[in-house]
Amino acid sequence: MNRRAGWSWAALAALPIGFLAVFFVWPVAAIVGLGLTDGGVLATLSSGQIWPIAVFTIGQALASTAVALLAGLPVAFLLARCRLPGVGLARTLVLVPFVLPTVVVGLAFRVLLPDSQVLAIVLANAFFNVAVVARTVGGLWSHLDRRAEDAARVLGASRLRAFRVATLPALRPAITSAAAVVFLFCSTSFGVVLILGGARYRTLETEIYLRTTQLLDLPGAAALSLVQFAAVLAALVIGAASRRRRNATRAGERPGEKLSAAPDGARRPAGGEWWLVGAAVGTLVLLLVPIVALLARSLHTSDGWGITGYRALLTGDTEGTVAVSGLDAALNSLRTAADATVLAMVLGVLAAVVLVRLRRTGGARPVAETLDTALMLPLGVSAVTVGFGYLVTLHALPGDLRTSPLLVPFAQALVVTPLVVRIVLPVLGSIDDRLRQAAATLGAAPARVWREVDLAIALRSLVAAAGFGYVVALGEFGATSFLARPDAPTLPVVIAELLARPGEQHAQLAYAACALLMMLTGAVVIALDRLRIAGRAGGLGEF
Amino acid sequence: MLEIAGLTVRYGEFRAVSEVTLSVADGEVLALLGPSGCGKSTLLRAVAGLEAAQGAVRWDGAELSGVPVHRRGFGLVFQDGQLFPHRDVAGNIAFGLRMSGLARAERESRVAELLELVGLAGYGARGVRELSGGEQQRVALARALAPRPRLLLLDEPLSALDRMLRDQLAGELAELLRKTGSTALVVTHDHDEAATLADRVALLRAGRVVQTGAPEQVWCSPADEWAAGFLGCTAFLPARVRAGEASSVLGSFAVAGPDGPATLGLRPAGLRVAERGEVAGRVVGRTNRRDRVELSVRLDEKLGGHEVPAQSGVRTAPRLGEEVRLALDPDGVALVRP
Repeated sequence: MNRRAGWSWAALAALPIGFLAVFFVWPVAAIVGLGLTDGGVLATLSSGQIWPIAVFTIGQALASTAVALLAGLPVAFLLARCRLPGVGLARTLVLVPFVLPTVVVGLAFRVLLPDSQVLAIVLANAFFNVAVVARTVGGLWSHLDRRAEDAARVLGASRLRAFRVATLPALRPAITSAAAVVFLFCSTSFGVVLILGGARYRTLETEIYLRTTQLLDLPGAAALSLVQFAAVLAALVIGAASRRRRNATRAGERPGEKLSAAPDGARRPAGGEWWLVGAAVGTLVLLLVPIVALLARSLHTSDGWGITGYRALLTGDTEGTVAVSGLDAALNSLRTAADATVLAMVLGVLAAVVLVRLRRTGGARPVAETLDTALMLPLGVSAVTVGFGYLVTLHALPGDLRTSPLLVPFAQALVVTPLVVRIVLPVLGSIDDRLRQAAATLGAAPARVWREVDLAIALRSLVAAAGFGYVVALGEFGATSFLARPDAPTLPVVIAELLARPGEQHAQLAYAACALLMMLTGAVVIALDRLRIAGRAGGLGEF
Repeated sequence: MLEIAGLTVRYGEFRAVSEVTLSVADGEVLALLGPSGCGKSTLLRAVAGLEAAQGAVRWDGAELSGVPVHRRGFGLVFQDGQLFPHRDVAGNIAFGLRMSGLARAERESRVAELLELVGLAGYGARGVRELSGGEQQRVALARALAPRPRLLLLDEPLSALDRMLRDQLAGELAELLRKTGSTALVVTHDHDEAATLADRVALLRAGRVVQTGAPEQVWCSPADEWAAGFLGCTAFLPARVRAGEASSVLGSFAVAGPDGPATLGLRPAGLRVAERGEVAGRVVGRTNRRDRVELSVRLDEKLGGHEVPAQSGVRTAPRLGEEVRLALDPDGVALVRP
């Protein structure tokens, strides 16, 4: 790389890194600093009040992770190893919960389990993350050479033993990495816990929200953020380490055959494998239960079945309880999410391009790994902390961003960008450099090479990233609930507000809004998965 | 005409290519021959502009060091095709034509012409993943030839194919290079391939050119024992050249060149089992090949007791331990002069 090219790469990298610095590191650091300087940290940590909350946070996250693993592994087996009709449908179906808005899921489980809050929290968190386990583990599983297992069988191992000695060790990096990510999501889960736990069951995340918005205990909130940040960092480092190992497993498998199709390890299940298939089908059916329950509840009115809620939502006939009509909130949601998606695509694609380049330059690998992990941080750090951080820092920037309609898209982009990177990076990374060189020798200048090779090959994954990013932004609740102006709330914020009010009329509206949001999300996911980008690279939901 | 002068490629402290000076005349095919890791592919990539190098690469006297890859007008074919997976066969072949801004109609006729040339007429609309390895290489070749490059660079173009196909394609490729009058640089580790394709061979070792010459010249008179070893010689005997004749314990044969001491490099084909052979020995090892049997023979004590390679027909092959007589075949030996 000559000096000029080096500078232009640095310029490309500067945008995502700069955004991360200004809209993530700075606000979070400000919060942490606030906690440290006001002496609130020690006071809060020694008050003894937060320890039960911390224990509950970790406990529910561990339980949720365990449930997600237990439910997700059979599905991973089904997706990776079984040649059965309907596997493609299952692959799409398992993805839907992952992108459903947290508010929707919280509400669905409240309908299902109105009396057991803890169980509902654990199941709801697991519900989201079955997709992460199934797609991450399934992705590696389908790339594993089945012959290692066959060799063990030929050497006299039973099916179970062959799995234990040959397959499980190879899958371990993916399982660890999936577990770390799921634990991360569950321990910082906000919407679900807020809706299901109420005032009684609180996690660090909801406690931060509570202290900031209701008790105005900023040092206390900052102290809690600090505790959470430390835990998140630990989980991320573990995840990155196992991701490295997993990539090593994969690279060692078929060197030089990056773009060619992996050998198909899928077969018709036999013997005891049918039990696993049964378990997987069971999981998939259970995933449908909350969705169906919510739909049913939205159609259930005080006098039988009807669409009162939907009608009220669309006509804006909310009897003045919410500042805007449901339709306005929906439009506002769509607009905000579009802004956030555009921003996240620019940042995420730039970051992915730079990461691929850094990985190819031998000496820069550690830099690439660090940048990769840093880009994931916003996924794990409390969205509430970030939102709170915006409020205390961004007034220092020219043009008061705190009152700008761009504030919410910026916060959402922070959450969406890591997803874009995770979807686009594997595809860009799988493009053999010699394809670019072939294009260059045929007369394509560097920019043309990028357009004709990188962009053309990654196009479908870019569309998918934009689509998934869009639905995630649509459902984002943590930071949005903090930052959205009262006169311009998004749909999830309106839903939460409606739920906080008494009366069947409000509940009806909330359920209808939830169902709408869910159908919108589901439709986008299904349409995108048909694009089949996820097919080979394991693409979506692989962390 | 391509000239490479004092070309060096460094990876940190390691010199992958060291002070290489070579030239390829218009219409000539030069093979870069050497074992894996000798720097031959790196040299090719440096000529293409894909590796930063010191020294000079010139085309018709014009220095190319400041010219980026896409302006050099050199075609490149990789070992494994590297076809664009998102384009069909015609789209791959037309790529370079699009880059040079050729009109659509001309593009289409040129693509058809090339498909014909590589024996894939009618394949234009196929996806590249549907093709066999041999077909993929033909498309890769057509893609590289389409924009009429002034120099064609072939990086082990046949190595990824199985043997039957390789032999067949080597012949076709050689004919195609002649027919199109291409100037080409071919990287290979296989002397057969080099002999089939190239007018001249440059033998590389550890980044340096050891020898250049016509394939048969390199084959019969390697520059040193290492080169002879790379070209299949497994045993060496002292020899002497006097008055146009090289002689050793195995007998003598006619050679050109000055008098003096030399070393005789032996390959299996250099000594054949023959009833009236001049040399006697005992079979101590044998390996079956599809059309011959390769032997290891210990020569009589009075000939020095050397162990030498030899070969016999399949039907008449001697058993292990059998006494045999061997006749020298000058075409199968190499004479290394100091």
